[in-house]
Amino acid sequence: MPLEPMRAETDVLVIGSGAAGMYAAIEAARAGCSVLLADRSLIGRGGATVMAQMTVAVALGSQTPDHWSHHYQDTLTAGRGLCNEPLARLLCEDGPDCIREMEEWGIGWARKDGRIVQAMAPGHDRPRCVYVDFLNTGPAVSKTLRTAVNKTSGIRKAGDLCVVDLLRKNNEIVGAAALHLGSGAPVVLSAKATIIATGGLTRLYRRNSASANMGGDGYALALRAGASLVDMEFVQFFPIGHLAPRLIGMDPIMWDPFRYKLGGRLLNNRMEEFTQNYGVAEDGKYIITRDVGSYAIQKEVEAGRGSPHGGVYLSFQHVPEADLRAAFGPVIDRLAANGIDLTKMPIEVAPIAHYHMGGIAADVEMQSDSPGLFAAGEAVGGANGANRLSGNAITEALVFGRRAGRSAAAYAKRMNAMPDKADNTRAALELISASSNRDLNTADMVQTLQAAMQDDVGALRNEAGLRRALDQIDRLTQEFGELPPGDGKGFDMRRIDWFDLRNMLLVARVVAQAALARTETRGAQQREDYPQLSPDWEFNQFAGMHDGRVVLSKASTPARAAAS
Amino acid sequence: MTERATLKIWRGLDVKAGRWEVHDVPFEPGQSVLDGLRWIRVNRDPTLAIRFSCINANACKECMIELDGKTVYACTARLEPREMTLTPLSNKNLVRDLVTEIAPPAERFTQS
Repeated sequence: MPLEPMRAETDVLVIGSGAAGMYAAIEAARAGCSVLLADRSLIGRGGATVMAQMTVAVALGSQTPDHWSHHYQDTLTAGRGLCNEPLARLLCEDGPDCIREMEEWGIGWARKDGRIVQAMAPGHDRPRCVYVDFLNTGPAVSKTLRTAVNKTSGIRKAGDLCVVDLLRKNNEIVGAAALHLGSGAPVVLSAKATIIATGGLTRLYRRNSASANMGGDGYALALRAGASLVDMEFVQFFPIGHLAPRLIGMDPIMWDPFRYKLGGRLLNNRMEEFTQNYGVAEDGKYIITRDVGSYAIQKEVEAGRGSPHGGVYLSFQHVPEADLRAAFGPVIDRLAANGIDLTKMPIEVAPIAHYHMGGIAADVEMQSDSPGLFAAGEAVGGANGANRLSGNAITEALVFGRRAGRSAAAYAKRMNAMPDKADNTRAALELISASSNRDLNTADMVQTLQAAMQDDVGALRNEAGLRRALDQIDRLTQEFGELPPGDGKGFDMRRIDWFDLRNMLLVARVVAQAALARTETRGAQQREDYPQLSPDWEFNQFAGMHDGRVVLSKASTPARAAAS
Repeated sequence: MTERATLKIWRGLDVKAGRWEVHDVPFEPGQSVLDGLRWIRVNRDPTLAIRFSCINANACKECMIELDGKTVYACTARLEPREMTLTPLSNKNLVRDLVTEIAPPAERFTQS
């Protein structure tokens, strides 16, 4: 018999408090709805937003003339033919508005001569990326939105809530059941509309650039509740994640802004530039796209030309110290505290899991194919196709967050009363309250899963590796069992891991299956056994759950036709 | 070049009824106290409770604990080849082991 749960009711439930979730909460509250903003971590601190280092792509035209249609073209080109065009268009068209609203809320985008600075980034046809110095874009976005949330009436906040399952009445989503991490108690959240803003799945990989709570939980919640996912095979690897020497107090994607501002040179262990051998001669500039960069680095390592820790070198030794200081002031001191002097040594970099192009299938209103369920930010699949253009992630979080908040509020307002009791509340509460005495090392299981995904479902894939990963996922799923371990009191780590693993194992399976099915190379899907892009695969893949199994399906029309 | 730190860690659910656990942790120079705690969870005891989110970037500010009686971020304090005493924040309510209630009151779940 489950514990008597704690309960809350709200018009709009927002799960996840990164930029997308916070913007959604603000917008839904502005529309007159009561909002509950819940997070697995603390409000506005976990997730991916706070980790963003620099670029936010937006056609402001503050320094160079620009128009959203140019940004849109670059987004489609980067997406290698698979973008959901209406979603990509929304991202680009509404971007300037959200960026200006953030400025009104006091974010302080970097300016020069009174104009907002727009930096050049790979894949863009002109300088387009706004930022906050120094490497402070993500923290500034989070802080600005936290302040805006606090100033908006009608938003209740609840950190330390791990959502375990969405609640369903027939096929309609009517809230969620959660584990309250602080007390271990079950919680029932009843809502007229629910928004998933839980970000991506980079925690599935050993080397990643995200927070500990980015295990793809939103995808698993949606899938188990009957919604579809799309493009799940497309995991973006960020080519130049920090590898060595050990660097603490800094995010591993920090070399991206260094390259934006200072260029830098990628070198193999012969201290030779190599990207020209993969079709992109950089010549001291930062122009290589993420998919090509990751491929080139992994191939150099495979050929025995890698650095000691299994990556390649990135060097700024040719950049005068005064220029380093002018560009990154205080960051240079933080590097010195880690024993890194860029004028004297290169650092080692390697591809790390960074972003997920796939996600919950949604229309331009951010409505999933389950009534009452909306998605926002990275949790939404499709806008970026097979490969995301640099700078689009924060823009997408803001734009899709705002749109999801607006749509969910409209949906909630159409309902006169709170929805009826859900069909699966009891099952969810029983799971949250259950306990087994099994001696599971859940932390080790997470690490084992991350190793399998990194080695075999990473930036370079082949059939044998993908099958090996699926076997490992099967073994871990069997070991995982049916019931969570632990004592059920506050912050029971194995229990928290177990609920995380429940989502991670499901989502890992979807990614591996989708990658196995797509027998071609396109964007972030790099198949060694199918090295060419195939016109037969200009389709999106959807994933759904039927009778407890993951089922893939190809869209009935090619991506471009579907979007027009 | 592997060195070893001895982490003496306070554990328990009740401030008045805790216990000390000692773990010998291998590390490469430069690694953080949080690296050491995560190593313990995988290799020695997955039940050890520690709150963290960003792991490495000092962005989330969630991993505050006391090291030898001083408040630090576990992700930026470095492991050293000596005994290091780790305790939960003494000015916050204890949840478990090294985890305390650090969220502002307005950001905690309440029933409605």
